[in-house]
Amino acid sequence: MSERGPFRHHGVQVGGALVGLFVLAALLASWLAPFDPHAIPTGLAAASLLPPAPPHALGTDALGRDLLSRVLYGGRVSLLVGVGVELVTVLIGVLIGLIAGYYGGWADGLLMRVTDVVMAFPSLILAIGLIAVFEKPGLDKVFLVLVLLGWTTIARVVRGEVLSLKTREYVQAARALGVGDGTILARHLLPNCLAPLLVAATIGVGGNMVAEAGLSFLGLGAQAPTISWGAMLAEGQTFLASAPWVAVFPGLALMLAVLGVNLLGDGLRDLLDPRFKH
Amino acid sequence: MTLAELAEPVAKRLLALIPVLFGISLLVFVLNAVALGDPARAMLGQRGDPEVIAQIRQDYALDRPLWIQYATWMGRLLRGNLGHSYHQQRPVSEVLGERFPATLRLALAATLIAVTLGLAIGIAAALAPGGALDHVLMGAAVVGISTPVFWLGLMLSLLFAVWLGWLPVSGYGDGSLANLVLPALTLGALHTGTIARMTRSSLLEVIRQDYIQAARAKGLAEVTVIGKHALKNSLIPVVTVIGIGLADLLVGAPLTETVFAWPGLGRMLVAAVGQRDLPVVMGAVLVFAVVYVLGSLLVDLAYLVIDPRIRRE
Repeated sequence: MSERGPFRHHGVQVGGALVGLFVLAALLASWLAPFDPHAIPTGLAAASLLPPAPPHALGTDALGRDLLSRVLYGGRVSLLVGVGVELVTVLIGVLIGLIAGYYGGWADGLLMRVTDVVMAFPSLILAIGLIAVFEKPGLDKVFLVLVLLGWTTIARVVRGEVLSLKTREYVQAARALGVGDGTILARHLLPNCLAPLLVAATIGVGGNMVAEAGLSFLGLGAQAPTISWGAMLAEGQTFLASAPWVAVFPGLALMLAVLGVNLLGDGLRDLLDPRFKH
Repeated sequence: MTLAELAEPVAKRLLALIPVLFGISLLVFVLNAVALGDPARAMLGQRGDPEVIAQIRQDYALDRPLWIQYATWMGRLLRGNLGHSYHQQRPVSEVLGERFPATLRLALAATLIAVTLGLAIGIAAALAPGGALDHVLMGAAVVGISTPVFWLGLMLSLLFAVWLGWLPVSGYGDGSLANLVLPALTLGALHTGTIARMTRSSLLEVIRQDYIQAARAKGLAEVTVIGKHALKNSLIPVVTVIGIGLADLLVGAPLTETVFAWPGLGRMLVAAVGQRDLPVVMGAVLVFAVVYVLGSLLVDLAYLVIDPRIRRE
């Protein structure tokens, strides 16, 4: 009897395949894209909002630009924000989580209070509030805001692990032998946090991708000429009735990429974290 | 359960709320202070009327030390004064008050859909685990969770409004039910998926317990076993998910409201950012956060009622 959900067994494979496809498409966009994603053809009227048909496999947008090429290039922004933000987030979160968990005291108290407050806000709402502080929206601000909001989750995960690990005998033994704090943190505690960290970071990547697309959809993220799936969807909404493909394909790409990341995250959790194996 | 029994845990949770609410106010104040650093610059694109700027300086006590600014701001806040909208030239509380009911209505409808559908899907999947129906339903739940809310909104709108013509594409439509269906389905989708998954796994967990086997052995009908004995005990983790889902609903509000031109707080917030109407932005952020915190409190309190074990902790 399958009690862990029928999709869990193949989650890592299916998720991994989707993620692989997404990463490859984004990295190889300049070779795979049949057209220049920014090129507005001369004779715009004849090229605008063409339905999917050769040579435009996914059709064209209102400015006559090839949708397939734009979807491929849009993946780059999604990948860059998804993974890039998470890397910085992990760096900051691990550092703070290690220190708070290991030393405790006021640093730990401060961390917990700050994360309490950040977590008291629905994340996208706070992101929108932070974006409002800047005069002009842009992808760089989205990056900054997502890092500011993201590190708290990672820090809490690492802190929790360190709290339980530091009472273990092998850590006590290392300390009794006079091993320095830095070495204990780097050699004994951090490696044992990697599994839950990897799971949290994978799920974080998916969250970042959705947040970037959402903010760009609202006009608060990537600005033209930067190609973002979210911004493309905002454009697609205008032509939903007359040219639905403009809204269908960027969203489909986003959904499949996020589905892949989520399946991978769920699968990794089942594989790596025995607490979730019921 | 007596009221006296509940008084202590309720009081504890209310007290725990104070530092969080203080933190929220501090964070929103800091955002406000950073953004308002120079009101003339902050109002870029608005009429840079010196009189208005002088008014803002005075309203926010901008030439005084920061802690006095905070005290001034907090004092007004406690009296329900959220400042003046630059763009609409009227109190922020009035602007937000107008929009709040639409968001509340949407969120309640979405919750209703998510809880009903989610429970039904979860129970159906748990009845024959590993079966075809289980695969289809749980697959749909995973897809539902991974589908970005704004794209789902566009696709539902394309299918049911543009192609089939069953429902209106967007708008509030004087509050008609037909206008509510698509936005509520969209906003509730993610939540439906998480509730379905949690119901399924929680129910499967409970079904394995001895007392369920005993109920079956007594010869009770399967409907009674599941409906009366298993479901009740499997609901506790589901309540958590319903509570966590509140955040999803609030996060989804600006996106869903934008897709469906729904005149709620979320769309107002997005528009205010575009207009750099900072008092409205900060007011809306504050309202969302307070509603979220109070919502989590309600979930906590619901626990106390459902699960007597928690009361004794």
